[in-house]
Amino acid sequence: MEPFKKVISIITPLDKVNVDTDQIVPKQFLKLIHKSGFGKFLFYNWRYDVNENLKSDFVLNDSKYDNSKILVTGDNFGCGSSREHAVWSLQDYGFSVIIAPSFADIFFSNCFKNGILPISLNQKTVEKLQQELDTIEVDLEKQIIKTSSEDISFKIDSYKKKILLEGLDDIAQTLQFEEKISKFERESKVPSVL
Amino acid sequence: MGTTLFEKIWKSHVVVEKQNGPSLIYVDRHLVHEVTSPQAFDGLRMNKRKVRRPDLTIATMDHNVPTNARSLPILDQTSAVQIQTLEKNCKDFGIKLFDINSPNQGIVHVIGPQLGITLPGSTIVCGDSHTSTHGAFGTLALGIGTSEVEHVLTSQTLWSEKPKPFEIRVEGKRKNPHAVTAKDIVLSIIKNIGTGGGTGTVIEYRGEGITDLSMEQRMTICNMSIEAGARAGLIAPDENAFDYLRGRQYTPKNYESLVDCWKEHLKTDSDAKFDKQFTLNINDIAPQVSWGTNPGMTCDVTESIPSPDDFSKGDPNQKKGAEKALDYMDLEPGIPIINIKIDRVFIGSCTNARLEDLIEASKVVKGQKISTNVRAMVVPGSQMVKKQAEEMGLDKIFINANFEWREAGCSMCLGMNPDILSPGERCASTSNRNFEGRQGTGGRTHLVSPVMAAAAAIKGHFVDVREMDLS
Repeated sequence: MEPFKKVISIITPLDKVNVDTDQIVPKQFLKLIHKSGFGKFLFYNWRYDVNENLKSDFVLNDSKYDNSKILVTGDNFGCGSSREHAVWSLQDYGFSVIIAPSFADIFFSNCFKNGILPISLNQKTVEKLQQELDTIEVDLEKQIIKTSSEDISFKIDSYKKKILLEGLDDIAQTLQFEEKISKFERESKVPSVL
Repeated sequence: MGTTLFEKIWKSHVVVEKQNGPSLIYVDRHLVHEVTSPQAFDGLRMNKRKVRRPDLTIATMDHNVPTNARSLPILDQTSAVQIQTLEKNCKDFGIKLFDINSPNQGIVHVIGPQLGITLPGSTIVCGDSHTSTHGAFGTLALGIGTSEVEHVLTSQTLWSEKPKPFEIRVEGKRKNPHAVTAKDIVLSIIKNIGTGGGTGTVIEYRGEGITDLSMEQRMTICNMSIEAGARAGLIAPDENAFDYLRGRQYTPKNYESLVDCWKEHLKTDSDAKFDKQFTLNINDIAPQVSWGTNPGMTCDVTESIPSPDDFSKGDPNQKKGAEKALDYMDLEPGIPIINIKIDRVFIGSCTNARLEDLIEASKVVKGQKISTNVRAMVVPGSQMVKKQAEEMGLDKIFINANFEWREAGCSMCLGMNPDILSPGERCASTSNRNFEGRQGTGGRTHLVSPVMAAAAAIKGHFVDVREMDLS
């Protein structure tokens, strides 16, 4: 995974609550067996009409957001299905930071495995950020979001921060605990399936 | 101070604990399916890693398999490739697979308990959010993403923040347990606590309203924990749970000694504290019907579509959500639920496609014909459920009423196979998600119980199934 760097970008406001992963990437695109190229499926049914023409009223189709790397959205973002394809779509499309009042648990966890930083902020701050027209800066190292008018601090678990900043392979980290895993297995009472 | 059931299972599975941040948890059972695993196996190959414990890993194909005759070819080439990929991955990495022709094939959360793979007090993970189903047996069952699938395949462990225990008490007795079902209980809970009400928690369902339920009904409850945002749902295992798993194909040989141990340990202490609490009284609850585009947008069958103002209780974001949902569902506030006509009926999914669900629905259908305007299908949760139902003659009851009787799979719950709604079609569905486009782009889903779905199929619109004779 690439180390997470400072992100400087305008924000894309997606003013919706309870955005589920079925909306982020619809089921017909889950049949692919590789991780790449999912950006074109992001918010597919909101971006395209039945004839696959772009819908002019959807925020992502406004060209001013084309290079935005920061999505600012509503409560309970990423609820529903565990599909990591949702995160692959957001990442491949170009988003590396998602800001919302709250996230669904599985989606939240999937973000960190793919170099996306999800940030929870209170409702008022999120609403204010959605109105922000200037470029903002997200500094993970310092845990600060800099806007034209203020600095907003955010919280993140230190292990997750390290994984993102150093672009670490999660599995390689875990395998350092091999001895402990083996010890657990020797003492486990749960029988094999087969 | 005492501890909760969840904390006991958690504690007994911690491999590495840190002061802050996630713990490394041991995984006793890993269930794998075709949709969320190919990229995980790719990762193993790329890093020259092996599957650590093939003996704790079981695979099946359920999400995208067609549900027409198994002898027919899979026409969708991308689905066929995904299915072949799972076959190859299981062969290369030595994993037991119940393939499309296996008598054990079925929805992963239906076959786990049915084969005795699910065990009380253990941990199960699967790259599917409805893994919470297994919690009905007192199993800590977590849905995970594909990167975590790869992590578990390699290390048999998972990093996880410790969720907070959430007690949901279900008190009272249903007046008509054939008409008011476990599905109605769990939809009522979600309607009350909201789709994010359980975020960051493991729900333990307790009380008379839960212990009264059969194991298959308890699975329906735990299955939908994720629709309230919870990491998992749990029910303390009792004799019903131990009986259900006894003598199954993969039930461990030392089962009785395990049962003795479970009886002693797998319960919440009387002085244990929960971080959150909610109580639902079910003495007077009605059958539930969802009207919107998330499972929290649900009301009694006797009610009318609420106005966005009434639904949102002053929250502007919820109001916007409700307006958008009504627009998508093509419904107006004030329409009585029983006046809503339907085009399709789907009885299936990991929520409601077990034998008991089909038995209950068949009581509504017996001797009747579905409305001429409705297309209805039954998709059993597993090939074993299908076989058992056929031995009881349930297939004939459904077929005689003009239902389609299908092979097992996830089918129209998520519409990855050819079973989908056309744009604008309205469906009474026993599945778990009424999200926009879930069952087919432009399709409109109403979540209901199996008996409510069956009754709607007969009448062509929603009806209060309490008015029908279900004895």
